[in-house]
Amino acid sequence: MLVTILFYSFSAVLIGAALGVILSRNPVHSVLFLVLCFFNAAVLWLLIEAEFLALVLVLVYVGAVMVLFLFVVMMLDINIEKLREGFARNAPLGVLIALIVIVELYYVLWVRRLGIEVTGGTAPLPENYSNTAQIGAVLYTEYVYPFQLAAIVLLIAIIAAIALTMRKRPGQKVQDVAHQVSVRAKDRVRIVKMATEREP
Amino acid sequence: MITLTHYLMLAGILFAIAVAGIFLNRKNVILLLMCIELMLLAVNFNFVAFSRFRGLLDGQIFVFFILTVAAAEAAIGLAILVVLFRQRQSINVEELDAMKG
Repeated sequence: MLVTILFYSFSAVLIGAALGVILSRNPVHSVLFLVLCFFNAAVLWLLIEAEFLALVLVLVYVGAVMVLFLFVVMMLDINIEKLREGFARNAPLGVLIALIVIVELYYVLWVRRLGIEVTGGTAPLPENYSNTAQIGAVLYTEYVYPFQLAAIVLLIAIIAAIALTMRKRPGQKVQDVAHQVSVRAKDRVRIVKMATEREP
Repeated sequence: MITLTHYLMLAGILFAIAVAGIFLNRKNVILLLMCIELMLLAVNFNFVAFSRFRGLLDGQIFVFFILTVAAAEAAIGLAILVVLFRQRQSINVEELDAMKG
């Protein structure tokens, strides 16, 4: 009973926050609503005992990705009014398509019942079950190659992000290390031979 | 009792809201990126729900990888956005017609 109440209340906040993301005027508010979305999603995952992913969602998504979004949104000086032109014109189409998606899903999930057993609760867990330990046991054995590929994907993302945003300004002073190392004494000091001069 | 259907329905509504958001905010690249994040969240919801209600762990591993790829996507997308804004002083999608697509 308590779980049902928690599910419905957090789902309501989640959907409200998602509406806030797409409807709010200010992009900064949208990002903050998205943070609220992720928090509520994490709580809903905790309710069905997926603790590891719930915490990863809060740490990685709210802690890193959403902060990145906030940085970019606050850094850019955006003309919001201009970007919202056509908002009302596109609204009916967007709402129509959203309704079609929802009705279709409702038909498949509630009316047709998916063809599988969907009325039961979560799979029962043994005592002393640790979600994190179980994920770790599978991740580092069965999924070890995908795990390393994920690491490579992140490395490529770092390189790409730096390569994209690094810029060379015309007046910038940088060291050319190869040039510095290859310098010889004769490039810097010039020895001039001349006759001695007498003071007048 | 909360069943698999509740979670799938919630994820479906979330996905529909994100689709509507893409239609509503067609000009704002940042909001488009945020709507994609919302869609990925809805997909992750499905994976976690199926994983828990069917008693198989693989769905949660998949969510882990989706989170990784989504983080990479957000980083590169925002980097492109910053470069775009530096060149155009605007993030309006309708002005991005340099490739005559």
